[in-house]
Amino acid sequence: MTLQAYLTLAALLFCIGLFGVLTRRNTIGILLGIELMLNAVNINLVAFARCLGDVSGMVFTVFTICITVVEVALGLALVILIFRIRRTAVADHLDLLRG
Amino acid sequence: MSVESVAFWGLAVVLVASSLAVVLTRNLFHSVLYLALSLTATAGVFLSLDAEFLAAIQLLLYAGGVVTIAVFAIVVTERLVGDRITQTSRQLFTGFILAGALLVALLVVFRRAPLTVPRPVVTGDLTRAIGESLLTSYVLSFELLGVLLLAGLLGALYFARPDD
Repeated sequence: MTLQAYLTLAALLFCIGLFGVLTRRNTIGILLGIELMLNAVNINLVAFARCLGDVSGMVFTVFTICITVVEVALGLALVILIFRIRRTAVADHLDLLRG
Repeated sequence: MSVESVAFWGLAVVLVASSLAVVLTRNLFHSVLYLALSLTATAGVFLSLDAEFLAAIQLLLYAGGVVTIAVFAIVVTERLVGDRITQTSRQLFTGFILAGALLVALLVVFRRAPLTVPRPVVTGDLTRAIGESLLTSYVLSFELLGVLLLAGLLGALYFARPDD
């Protein structure tokens, strides 16, 4: 398949993830949308690395995958912590800073 | 159609369908399961790009780790059965317009860019090349990644400490 096909697939996935981030109300749902977006970026990196014959893109994918796992672990730890304090996991209810 | 394009289109259909299910289904737990399917299909895409090592990492870290953590968080913050697990979405129209506009903009860029380069054949072992690159050109980033993992571990421990 051409590079264009992979890029189009990744763009589609990125936009689906963006839609999820914008519309979900539950914080865990928002995090899942971010996962989809990062996944699309990984596909892009690997496709470019493969089609340009440069291994750097794949090394970057290793980094993004590891950093994403840390991000998810900390993000969900925050969600659980907020839930323990405020008894809610809905992003709209977290309006402590609203004037 | 060659075997490769059949595999690509099959994977693409599974990926798009499961990703749509992640953002559209009402049950949060089903959402995570669809995410697992989507991440596994992404590992398939990596395989079709001759990146076996990345496919293995994807399955181990993403499909294994992330999904487990997400299910754990759902179990803590919601009841696994019953009506509390259903989630609602808001501003569907705005989200659709924004995501659709970004998609159209990206596709226009792809049409204009000269991207129809032929794929070079694999020379040598890609996994070996990744490993050598990690420990030569990117060794500083690699070490910093270790520090980041340690910081993340300590941060998560700090968040999860019992109330005193």
